[in-house]
Amino acid sequence: MAALLEVRNLRVEFPTRRGVLTALDGVSFDIAAGEVLGVVGESGAGKSMTGAAIIGLLEPPGRIAGGEIRLDGQRIDNLPYERMRRIRGKEIGAIFQDPLTTLNPLYTVGRQLVETMQVHLGIGAAEARRRAIGWLEHVGIPAAAQRVDSYPHEFSGGMRQRVVIALALCAEPRLVVADEPTTALDVSIQAQIIALLKRLTREKGTAVMLITHDMGVIAETADRVAVMYAGRIAEIGPVREVVKHPRHPYSVGLMASIPPLDRRVERLAQIEGAMPRLSAIPPGCAFNPRCPHAFDRCRAERPELLEAGATRAACWLYDPASEKHVPESAIHG
Amino acid sequence: MAERIVHEPTGEDFAALPVAERLPAARGAVPDAAPMVEAEDLARHFDVSRPWLQRVLAREPRRILRAVDGVSFAIPKGTTLSLVGESGCGKSTVARLVVGLYAPTRGRVLFDGQDLARARASAAQRRRMQMIFQDPYASLNPRWRVRDIIAEPIRAFGLVRDRAAQRDRVAELLTHVGLSPLDGEKYPHEFSGGQRQRISIARALSSNPEFLVCDEPTSALDVSVQAQILNLMKALQRELGLTYLFISHNLSVVRQVSDRIGVMYLGRIAELAPAETLFTAPRHPYTRALMEAIPDLEMTGRQRVPVGGEVPSPISPPPGCPFHPRCPLADARCRAERPALIPARGTEETLVACHAVEEGRDGDPATAASARALA
Amino acid sequence: MAAPAFVRAFDSDLWWSFRRSPVTVLSAVVALVCVGGALLAPLLAPHNPFDLASLNLLDAFKPPAWAAEGDLAYPLGTDDQGRDMLSAIMYGARVSLLVGVSAVLFSTLLGVALGLLAGYLGGAVDAVLMRIADIQLTFPSILVALLVDGVVRAALPREVHDQVALFVVIFAIGISNWPQFARTVRGSTLVERNKEYVLAARVIGLSRLRIMLTHVLPNVLGPVLVIATLSLGFAILAEATLSFLGVGVPPTQPSLGTLIRIGNDFLFSGEWWITIFPGAALVAMVLSVNLLGDWLRDALNPKLR
Repeated sequence: MAALLEVRNLRVEFPTRRGVLTALDGVSFDIAAGEVLGVVGESGAGKSMTGAAIIGLLEPPGRIAGGEIRLDGQRIDNLPYERMRRIRGKEIGAIFQDPLTTLNPLYTVGRQLVETMQVHLGIGAAEARRRAIGWLEHVGIPAAAQRVDSYPHEFSGGMRQRVVIALALCAEPRLVVADEPTTALDVSIQAQIIALLKRLTREKGTAVMLITHDMGVIAETADRVAVMYAGRIAEIGPVREVVKHPRHPYSVGLMASIPPLDRRVERLAQIEGAMPRLSAIPPGCAFNPRCPHAFDRCRAERPELLEAGATRAACWLYDPASEKHVPESAIHG
Repeated sequence: MAERIVHEPTGEDFAALPVAERLPAARGAVPDAAPMVEAEDLARHFDVSRPWLQRVLAREPRRILRAVDGVSFAIPKGTTLSLVGESGCGKSTVARLVVGLYAPTRGRVLFDGQDLARARASAAQRRRMQMIFQDPYASLNPRWRVRDIIAEPIRAFGLVRDRAAQRDRVAELLTHVGLSPLDGEKYPHEFSGGQRQRISIARALSSNPEFLVCDEPTSALDVSVQAQILNLMKALQRELGLTYLFISHNLSVVRQVSDRIGVMYLGRIAELAPAETLFTAPRHPYTRALMEAIPDLEMTGRQRVPVGGEVPSPISPPPGCPFHPRCPLADARCRAERPALIPARGTEETLVACHAVEEGRDGDPATAASARALA
Repeated sequence: MAAPAFVRAFDSDLWWSFRRSPVTVLSAVVALVCVGGALLAPLLAPHNPFDLASLNLLDAFKPPAWAAEGDLAYPLGTDDQGRDMLSAIMYGARVSLLVGVSAVLFSTLLGVALGLLAGYLGGAVDAVLMRIADIQLTFPSILVALLVDGVVRAALPREVHDQVALFVVIFAIGISNWPQFARTVRGSTLVERNKEYVLAARVIGLSRLRIMLTHVLPNVLGPVLVIATLSLGFAILAEATLSFLGVGVPPTQPSLGTLIRIGNDFLFSGEWWITIFPGAALVAMVLSVNLLGDWLRDALNPKLR
């Protein structure tokens, strides 16, 4: 399956007066049509930044300083603003954590849906309205024919997020970037929204980049998952492998620190220390000061993504040439 | 106000003693010891009406938000009671009632057998309760040095009067929560979220409290840092014999720290049970729905059936059982009559406010669980 | 203990944004010259314009030194009584600055205190204080100042009034400007009082006054600094307006406004320098202070950065 989205060596920089901060450094991944790629990491790891770079909405003074983003083979990282704006509505849909930032409070939800479809699908007003009601029904809004003329503030939080999903999908984009789409919602609503997103994108064969800090959401929804740390991808692979048998020592620590729901443990596994600030990323592997397996090479040389069983991990432990090449059992043991 | 407590050990008495002797319950807390805190039919209503003139002009009635509406529990010394629920269920309001930031509209809180309002009138009693907050970026005064933040309770209660001794105590507290004594010279913005939460904990511990109210202490933290803070809090409880009221929306976190758990819905407790029992045999339909809703990390591929609907507004809660509009077991009685929190059939440990459970309409929880697994 | 944090939190950022803005640097230089000249007038001024003995009516109406009939001893010329304009401006700026700074201090203290009380205590205190502020804000500040001045003038006998005139002006300008401070401080207080560090202090059981002073106050002072700077320009102008109208400082202590009024009489008879130079000094002082205030506002507002 050819990749719909290709990201190659993406580098995002923030010039500040104390020097240039590198927020993303050498990020590469693909998403195939119909695939859900989960992106996880702690706050500041660069997961939202990656999403913003792809949809062309990096906050200034942030800028793409290197690498390529291709959608269906066409470069989209260097397009002028107007071209990118068209692509953003038509080819790439976006869902953010707070539905109020996406919805215009002054227009009815119907009008927003209709305008989006008219602009991007070139259909008439009557047809667009008919489809808008259809979309609201589709995302599970009761009495859609009446609610289509309501304003965003007349909906509850969960219902608003459903409207945002309808808005993101109504122009039938080929890629949806969903940044923490359920974080602001309560658990019982979260489950509804995830189920909805999963169903709709599967039906339409839409590729999804699902950014979240919630491993549970990823485990349920994603096909593959990328674990980010300090602006780099630490590990990427099939979701089952990364969740059940993580290879990178950071992923191992991250998975182990999640409190289990099905049992009580006396002491949770914890990773000592904290993720470095962008201004103080250590040389070599960014994780090396916290890593229980770090050796000299980790402190000197930055690892690329290496084959590590069923996943790929940016860790020298998986370089056959490393003096400290360790089979995975040692990490988990 | 008129009576004074005859003998209260002064702050200095306490500070002079080593930790273990200060607190009688420090070693081997007994779960059935006398309760540290009791809430009796606790309620707190907020008037959220619009200003008087607008209300009169629009002919609106007063709007009363029943944030907490009749909550009772007891927390034995040295144990942790957790309250879980979704946003707006009133769990944080309970936390603030219990520590005296709000006065109850109805009911009362007893602190070590004494009415809270009276206990808080005395500095020696107030010293025994402290609070840890959710947002590590808002809970420390950004203009103060960390050492002054931590020393504030010590100074306010006059626990250690000598400056040098205060400094030593702050250094000891910083070390205790896993920071360096040198960190006292810095300002809060120089720390990460997890480190700030450690500073918050050090501040709370500085008055040698016995009871800590923890309002979502890890919800703003990343998961690997959350583990650090939860481990720290558990270690401190063991070491110092602390009693916790732990507020959280995260069931997996609550399972790791609690002795007993209360599940709240719309200002009331729906189910109150020992931690393990709640997870192995949840009884209230809402508790089951919550557990059902949590994404599955074990990746069993089980199809979840999310509960429908949303939490109603606490300004106009549904009559009868507040959960009935979303409950698969609701019948006419549930829509009309408010269920009381009573022991569930077949157990003395689990208290449930549900007519269906009382009448046996919920089916045996064990068979119900296996039926779900098959479906 | 709050001060070092307060300074540390933004000193380096302030310095950086200061140096990046040439307008701001220029304003600072101008403001420094104005303030320095005013404060050091007794040392720097070539003459003492109030020393009647040194005045010579023969030197009256001398134009500036560069004009044909100019005299180097009087660089900016002289007025109708032979007073050196440069010295008069320096001494006048002293009075203007004294009144301006005192009035701003007064309105800051009053406004911050009332805003803090209104925001932290809320309820009836808040409602009463804010309604008073609202009512006062419906009148132009200069009108309020005129009103206060008029009332005091009517209430006190003339000799007493002359003695306290300076304080009356300070009070009048200060009282007309407090609502700005009160509203800003109240707004920030409403935000801060619900932050968890204030709740933590309440759990300890600190008194409300102590929480307001040690916790809330240091955290609401940032915008106050900005308003105070911007108000200084206003206060100097208000004083000049009052003095120009003849109800300000007593003529024995002429301020820039008084000088402009005196000069105004000669503007059309050709002695333009008597009014233009004090006017220019006033503009330079107010403009530089206001530009500094604008910069401070932008520098302290992270959203604009």
